Amino acid sequence: MSLVRDTAAWLGDSAHWSGVDGVPHRLAEHLAVSGAAVGMACVLALPVAFLLGHTGRGGAVAVNLSNASRALPTFALLVLLAATPVGFGNRATVVALTVFAIPPLLTNAYIGVRDVHKEVREAARGMGMTGLQVLRRVELPLALPLVAAGLRTAAVQVVATATLAAYVGGGGLGRLIADGFGRADPAMTAAGGLLVAALALTVEVLLALLQRRVTPAAVATPRAVVAPPA
Amino acid sequence: MPLPLAVDEAPNPWLSWSYVRDNSDIILAATKQHVTLTLISVGLGLLLAVPLALLARRFRRLETPLLGLTGLIYTIPSLALFAVLAPITGLTGTTVVIGLTGYTLLVLVRNVLAGLDGVPDDVVEAARGMGIGPLRLLLRVQLPLALPTVLAGVRVATVSTVALVTVGVVVSNGGLGQLIFEGFNNNLYRAEILTASLLCVLLAAVADLLLLLLEKALTPWTRR
Repeated sequence: MSLVRDTAAWLGDSAHWSGVDGVPHRLAEHLAVSGAAVGMACVLALPVAFLLGHTGRGGAVAVNLSNASRALPTFALLVLLAATPVGFGNRATVVALTVFAIPPLLTNAYIGVRDVHKEVREAARGMGMTGLQVLRRVELPLALPLVAAGLRTAAVQVVATATLAAYVGGGGLGRLIADGFGRADPAMTAAGGLLVAALALTVEVLLALLQRRVTPAAVATPRAVVAPPA
Repeated sequence: MPLPLAVDEAPNPWLSWSYVRDNSDIILAATKQHVTLTLISVGLGLLLAVPLALLARRFRRLETPLLGLTGLIYTIPSLALFAVLAPITGLTGTTVVIGLTGYTLLVLVRNVLAGLDGVPDDVVEAARGMGIGPLRLLLRVQLPLALPTVLAGVRVATVSTVALVTVGVVVSNGGLGQLIFEGFNNNLYRAEILTASLLCVLLAAVADLLLLLLEKALTPWTRR
């Protein structure tokens, strides 16, 4: 098939691997924007999730938030933000991606802390631990597998969604796809698609390994609350 | 006092009834395309998910690789999938439907399996004891009892699909996403962007509600 051959030729052409339009630079942009968004979402979502889980309150809000976020298209939010003072470009992309990274992080971390067995919590209390000590030394370590599951879900979602930013003036690997469509260059379009898919799968596999590392062998790997497809 | 430039004056409200009135044909057409793409994708997804789940139940060894495969598809970003498909299937609704059908499989196969697995063994045995054949057992006993779980999956898949149709804009078949992108390219025409975005969310909410009502109507025995 000529498309397969053309796509392979595109990927093999060294001209496509250097400069601002080159794959390495676009990959670096993609990772920088995604990393910033996941980092921001962690800072915003995890403390709230731990507090809600620890007190056992506000859970319905946390869970409903992640269901409701399914209905808002990422593409719509990216464009809506572009029409506000946030504007478009990489900063706006980080804001939009953060919004979509929060629900999986919040829900999973909340459930992780909430579902720590009552007996364990009471035993820690009985040993004289304060509320903060119980959270830090008992609840958080036990919740870690689900926190990692949430991180994995959020990161994969963000890396996938960051691709769309190219359509609202952002950079990243999505540029290759957008430019490929724009120039009616099927080989470039397909090459961009393959690179983005490979990146998403790589992030998924790496974070699945991380999740397994922080999950004790005796514990069944928890299934994260699934994020919508991106 | 200098006169303000006309550019500063150009109003760009978020909500504008005149936009909706003057463009009702376009809005309606985009909504129609959005609904059609969603219905076909979820419908095809269900048509594929039921036999796949039955296959996985018949040959349990297939269950893990099958769920793994649907998870793999789910992980691929929609834009990437459209980009790889478009050179083959073109800038068409087919490209969008293939992608979106693929994404529904994870939730649908998983829920059909869970629903069928949840049918109590004694019910199946009783039905068999009454001499019911395998096909009628499936259609009259197992699928109806699995229905609440299956429909829960259909609801999740539908809401996600409604949102994802917008990405179809990259292959010129994005339903309301077309209007959102047009508004972006049209000097950030806020009324067009927000109206289309709100309609997307509304569409998802209405679809979810209709499916909930359908579930209640089809499974009267779950009512207390």
